[in-house]
Formats: sequence, structure tokens, C-alpha cells
Amino acid sequence: MPLLTAGGSWVIDDGLPSPSDRPFTVSVEAASPSEQAERQRAAWMAAAQAGDRRAYERVLASSLSLIRSVARRQGVPVDSIDDVVQETLLTVHRVRHTYDPTRSFDAWLAAIASRRAIDALRSQGRRGRREVHDEFALDQHPDRDDASAEGEREQQALRLRDAIAELPPGQREAVEQLGLKEQTLAEAAALTGRNTGALKVNLHRALKALRGRMHGEP
Amino acid sequence: MSSDPRRHEALIDALGAELTPVRRLLPPWLRTLGWLLAVVAIAAGLLMRYGDQPMLRRWAGAPDLAWAAAGAVFTAVCAAWCAFVLGVPGRSRAWAWLPVPGLLLWIGASGLGCLRTWLAPDTDIATLHQSVDCLVFIISFSVPLSILMVWLLRRACPLRPALTAVMVGLASAAASASLLEICHNFDAAATDLLTHALAVAIVVGVNVAMGGRLLSRH
Repeated sequence: MPLLTAGGSWVIDDGLPSPSDRPFTVSVEAASPSEQAERQRAAWMAAAQAGDRRAYERVLASSLSLIRSVARRQGVPVDSIDDVVQETLLTVHRVRHTYDPTRSFDAWLAAIASRRAIDALRSQGRRGRREVHDEFALDQHPDRDDASAEGEREQQALRLRDAIAELPPGQREAVEQLGLKEQTLAEAAALTGRNTGALKVNLHRALKALRGRMHGEP
Repeated sequence: MSSDPRRHEALIDALGAELTPVRRLLPPWLRTLGWLLAVVAIAAGLLMRYGDQPMLRRWAGAPDLAWAAAGAVFTAVCAAWCAFVLGVPGRSRAWAWLPVPGLLLWIGASGLGCLRTWLAPDTDIATLHQSVDCLVFIISFSVPLSILMVWLLRRACPLRPALTAVMVGLASAAASASLLEICHNFDAAATDLLTHALAVAIVVGVNVAMGGRLLSRH
């Protein structure tokens, strides 16, 4: 229910008060630059939900610094922060209908970024446990080019082929055209009849799925 | 990987190219109401079949049973609301405390019922066989109610899938226990209370194991 507060602000809330669940405050009076920026992002996101591409690209571009700062706060290593940014942008795209324009855009975005940062840390932890951190390991276990190593390589190639075959058609097409046949984006677009944007998104999703599959992650 | 702004620009460009208008997620209270309507419809069916007299007579004879039922209803409403709120990114985890007062009332009043039975042991106590019927009742009503709630959450984005699944399980089990009140002929004996607790634990556990996975696809 909207309330007019003593400070002349409209407070829209339908739930319990809590520190991190504050309703989005739309001030009638002049707001600070950061509040104005957030209001602008909220308005862009609302327009993006209605299909405004320009507003969407603006809100995503202006979200990058917040996503990076959330990832840093969660303790994501510097070299993985860009991956968290990419994953967050993809998640934002997938769940953009869950944003409620009467609430804070930054809180919504930060929650998604924080989740993706935790996922990145977890997957690094899993990879770290699997890898052998012994500098003598290579000397102790030289990579003998024997039948078993050859067999293992073949097995891996087979697994990769199977994993590619199981991808959804759009993603499989992107991997085949861009990854395996090494076509340029324009060539692949002309061949498949899809636009380059869709091809890039499909390739990104396919690589993520394959990485998960090959590393045994869900 | 070093910071590469072009990588983000390319992704933003690609996501912009894929942008389509979206239908916003309905507010959590409205989806809670939708789910509760299904519970009310089942309650109406059971009341038509059994009438309200046996239930009211039992409550008049043992008011703590009425309090336990009120606690179960309150738990179901709060846990359902909480599940839907947790499906929106950016909402506080503190919402998970919402069902606690109802839960305490439910457990406390049922426990008091047990004590009273020990003090006056000639009341009608459920046999083991009848308790198993209660278990089957709670579980068999919880399954469709849980499925309905997970379905209502299909467009949501629960960033804490396990906690959301606990709430789905708790809401379904509490709603089923409330429905059981309509056609339940026994006093709150220890065997009965244990059966209810076991049923709630099974429903919550299964939801965490299965619903958590369904809800974590984001």
C-alpha cells in the first residue's frame, strides 16, 4: 500500500520490513545522484520488460560495475569476475520477467549476481579438489603415450561428440558452425539463416553446457 | 581471463537482439491466494462429505486441538507466501521466519494435547493402524499440493532453491494436516503427534530432494 512519508517520499510495500528487503522508495523531492541512477535503471528495466531494446542494452551496460563489485565482495578471484558478469547477464536475460518495477532494481540485480558469484566459487572449489597440486606429479606420473592414453583420448572425444549431439538443435548448430567448422559469424549466419546475436548466445550456452558435461557438473 | 569490455558488449548486443516483451511475474500474495484457493476447494469437498459437526464437537471438547488446527492453517498460509516471496530475486531471507510463529502454535498446542491425554488416559486414542491412515492422508494430499506449488513457481527464480523447497513442503504438509482435521476422529495422542511429525518430515524431505532440483534450474 502506498504511503506518503514525512520526507515526502512514496513508499510502496506489501510485506515485512527487514534491512535487506526495504521497499523501493521513489522520492518526490530531489534524490541523490546514486538514487537517481538507480531509478533510471529501474525505469529502463521496466521498459525492457515491454520489449524496448535500447533501454535494455542501457540497463545491462550500466549494471556491469554493480555486478563486478558484488562478485569482488563475494571473494571471486579477479580473473573470474568477467565470467560472473557474463553468467549474471545471461541469468538476468532469462529471468527478466521476475523484476518488479515498484522495487529496487539494484537489490534484484545484486541478488542474482551474488548467486552467480557463489556458483563460480563452488565450481572452482570442485575443480580445485579434482586437480593435483603437486609440482612433482608430472615427474612422478609421466604421460606415457601408450595404448591406455590413446584409448582415454578417444573416449574423451567420443564423450564430447555425444555431449554435442545431445545439445538442443540451435546450440548444436552454433557449435558445429562456429566451433568445429570454424566459420565466421557472418558465414554461419548466412548458412543457418539465424542472426549473429542468436548464434553468439547459442554458442555461449552450448559451451557452458558442454563444460558442465565434461567436468561432470550438473 | 583479463577484463575484456568487448566481451560484455558483444553479449549485451546479442541479448538485446533476442529481447522480446515479457509478462511480469504476478505478485507473491496473488500466487499464494491461487494456491490457497485449491486448498479451500479440497476443504469444501471434505466438509460436504463429512460435515462440520464432528470437527466442531471435537474442538469444543478439546480446545487445544482447535489451536493446533489454527496453527497448522497459519503455518500453511505463511509458508506458502514465503515460498512465493523467495522466488523473487532480491527479497530478504528473513521471510523464512514468517511461518515460525504458526509452526510453534501448531507443535505447542499438539504437544499440550498429548500431555492432557497422559493426564486423562481414557480419551479416544488412535491405534497404530489409524495413525498410519493419518500418515497416508497427509502424504497423499501433500503430493498434489506440492506439485501445484512447484508449478506455480515455474516462472519464478528461487535463488535459494533448498530453502524454497522446505517452504513448499511445509506449506503442503501443514495444509494437508489442516484438511485432516475435518475428517480426523482422534485426540492428539503421542502416537498421532509422532505420525503427523513423521508425515511433515517426509513431505519436507521429499520436496527438498526433488523440488529443490526442479527449482534450482535458474
